[in-house]
Amino acid sequence: MTALTLKDAVIRYDRLTAVDGVSLELRRGETLGLVGESGCGKSSIARAIVGLQPLADGTLTIEGETLQEVSSQRKQALQRKIQLLFQDPAASLSPRMTVRSLLAEPLKIRGTYTPERWARILELAVSIGLGEQLLSRCPHQLSGGQARRVALVRALAAEPSIIVADEPTAGLDISVQGDLLNLLRALRDRLGLSYLLISHNLNVVGRVTDRVAVMYLGQIVESGPTAALFRAPAHPYTQALLSANLTLDASRRGERIVLSGELPSPSNPPSGCRFHKRCPFAQPKCSIDVPALQAGPGERSVACHFPLSTASVVTPQAIAG
Amino acid sequence: MTALVDLSRRPGGTFALFAVALLCLVAIAAPLIAPYGPNAIAPANRLMDPSLQHWLGTDHLGRDILSRLIFGARVALGISLSVIAISLTAGVILGIASALSPRAVDLAIVGIFDVVTSFPSIILALALVAVFGPGLGNVVLLVSIVFIPHFGRVARAQTIAIRNSPFIEAEKVLGAQSWRVILHHVTPNIIGPIFVLACMDIPVVITIEAGLSFLGLGVRPPLASWGNLLNDGYTYLDQSPWLATFSGLSLILATLGFALLGEALRDTIDPKLRRTL
Amino acid sequence: MTAALLTIENLNVSYRGRGHSAHILDGVDLEIGHGQSVGLVGESGSGKSTVAFALLGLLADNAEVSADHAAFDGRTQDFAKRETASLRGTDIAMIFQDPMTALNPMFSIGTQLVDIQRRRFPKESRKALWARAQAVLADVGVQDAAARMHRYPHEFSGGMRQRVVIAMALLVEPKLLIADEPTTALDATIEAQVVEVLHRLRQRTSASMLVVSHSMGLIAELCDSVVVMYAGTVVESGKVADVLHRPRHPYTRALLACEIDPFAAFDPSQDLATIPGTVPDPSRRPQGCIFAGRCPARHDRCSEKPPQQQAGDGRTYACWLEAA
Repeated sequence: MTALTLKDAVIRYDRLTAVDGVSLELRRGETLGLVGESGCGKSSIARAIVGLQPLADGTLTIEGETLQEVSSQRKQALQRKIQLLFQDPAASLSPRMTVRSLLAEPLKIRGTYTPERWARILELAVSIGLGEQLLSRCPHQLSGGQARRVALVRALAAEPSIIVADEPTAGLDISVQGDLLNLLRALRDRLGLSYLLISHNLNVVGRVTDRVAVMYLGQIVESGPTAALFRAPAHPYTQALLSANLTLDASRRGERIVLSGELPSPSNPPSGCRFHKRCPFAQPKCSIDVPALQAGPGERSVACHFPLSTASVVTPQAIAG
Repeated sequence: MTALVDLSRRPGGTFALFAVALLCLVAIAAPLIAPYGPNAIAPANRLMDPSLQHWLGTDHLGRDILSRLIFGARVALGISLSVIAISLTAGVILGIASALSPRAVDLAIVGIFDVVTSFPSIILALALVAVFGPGLGNVVLLVSIVFIPHFGRVARAQTIAIRNSPFIEAEKVLGAQSWRVILHHVTPNIIGPIFVLACMDIPVVITIEAGLSFLGLGVRPPLASWGNLLNDGYTYLDQSPWLATFSGLSLILATLGFALLGEALRDTIDPKLRRTL
Repeated sequence: MTAALLTIENLNVSYRGRGHSAHILDGVDLEIGHGQSVGLVGESGSGKSTVAFALLGLLADNAEVSADHAAFDGRTQDFAKRETASLRGTDIAMIFQDPMTALNPMFSIGTQLVDIQRRRFPKESRKALWARAQAVLADVGVQDAAARMHRYPHEFSGGMRQRVVIAMALLVEPKLLIADEPTTALDATIEAQVVEVLHRLRQRTSASMLVVSHSMGLIAELCDSVVVMYAGTVVESGKVADVLHRPRHPYTRALLACEIDPFAAFDPSQDLATIPGTVPDPSRRPQGCIFAGRCPARHDRCSEKPPQQQAGDGRTYACWLEAA
């Protein structure tokens, strides 16, 4: 069962095409990772999915209903099933409101405020470690961790079925990042949520997502089940990205591939395969023909004329763990 | 209460609070504390020097200057607060609307602001009053128009600064209607600097009103306005300096008080300045 | 053993505010050998950046700095008198996290790269300094360096700017290069490039390096030895391989357990490791072991300050536990 489908999405800002024909499918109850470097369009996709950015082309389907085909009223109702966790949770809280009114906001907006519903929200807040004594505080009186939890409870108070998390662990110390990720997973299982996790942190994505899509310059270059994709990337960009990840034990990730050149500007993408200028395996064909995202075995897709072999794994240690 | 204490710690804060409080008190309690009626004429006592009967002397009609100044505070404060209230409300509405509207509407509103502000405020007020005629009501309305762009500009700039901030976007994602976002999330977060501006504009309005009255285009005599008093004092300056001196001093006290209060308020609100204390 | 380039014993930094004081660094020892690369790792609030700033004399005016003994290149330094400030830009150079703040947007890269050398080489001609700058810029991997010298900072990408800043640091031929989170602001593939530049640089120059970072991966990549800090104290130090693979202090162990290895096989239903609790408030530091409040191996003696234990190979750790 699909929670959300994005089909051939195009997102433009004036003349700049930030996202160019991206299709994504988020299954119910799963965590889908979206990774890529700055300017690859992953945040634009998040904004489009939650309704902050219009799609220039393509469709968004939420629980079987396509937004582009329903009435604006229905569209609004569907849109509310998706909530966004902002990269900077403290900044996403209205600065002059108390925690109490912030948490009640989703109910007030829909006019569905009842004491029972409010009690349920409070219960949720307390269950994830927000004491009632915090209710009368303003956002600037909260610690970073508390603000994060308030933003999370507020998003959940809107009773979403899909959560889009934009860099949820950005700026978090490693000793507390696990806390948040554990909590997110527990909530997903308890409330039957589906997550779209947007991050540049490959360690986190590799550990908590079920499937992953890799973006480069506004397009998806590779997608598939996370574990398989991390072990044997098919796209040279994915391979380079994974090998660039700094891990404690360099022997685990195999030889580092250092890409030459810089990230091209999305306003003027290279011809053919957008990655060809930095690709260590580029052939003449790559600068002319645009590779399509093609499905392969094991639910994997790759957009490359000469994909790497996924049959063998990069290093034997990788599986042995 | 802590806000007041904080205010009084600013440079000039104590003086500002004192001056403004005194002015308000005097304006409210005018009939109780004025020793004479503001318009009580006593031709026998005209142009007297300060004495025990008339602490600040009398004018050319023998009216008690202190009493007229006290009632003048009422007029000054009444007019300036009404003007600020009207222009602030209209300015904030127009400013927010402009910032959140499509480009064409925004440009139109800003264009109107530009036209209004391109004239010096006193000249524009003069011209408007000359066209529509003097009198209390007209003065309040017309001077308000002059001040709308002040507030409109700041409201627009502040709204633009926060309109794409995450907390506004978070409300949109939650499905909040536009009016709710504007009323609950935009306005409370832009209003601080606007109140500061209002405080700093009050003395300007007082002087404009005084200026208009001085030129005979403001409040009609015999109503005691500081501008009228200054005008009378100016006419008889060679015979008695007291009226001009004391009405001028009241004006200075009021303008200085509000201006310093505005500055102190700004320092208190601005968190960047707060930390340096 | 030859004398180290930099030795600091018992470095203390505290801030005095209105009515309260905050102890930011408490008895930090640091030693950097000639040509050695030392990593300073810790989470936010660990004081790792304060150590770097203290070395450069860049702390705020209300900071009180003291050390039992401090020597740089054989000369004793007095922190209280901020004598180290004179080493800045000559013997010690710094690479900042955000390259844009380290570059002046009003001047071309070439001008800035020349100016930075003036203090070090006051007698050289501008032409010679320009040529030097261009050579070093090419060296750190900026292509077409001759033309790029005339460009302004905003015309460079983040990765290129960081290379310029590295070139800037190298041009003064420092004895010690301090890199404060040098790759944190960069994208993964660009980070890999900059790490590569720093790698090459280490092999070519004799300068010592102090890498300040929260990233164990970066430290593992760039350093010989590592100093692990927690809440203003050094909890463990030693060779990178020893500390990262056989940690002795419970904090180091807990921190390393939080690191995720995405290539390892794992059970997805298992919780990720965390360190419960929070870092103690620097204005109310506990009497005993600083980590006791969050330590899984806490026992009665932890209410006293733990001793610095030596464990061979230059490894020290501050914990009551006798052995790992």
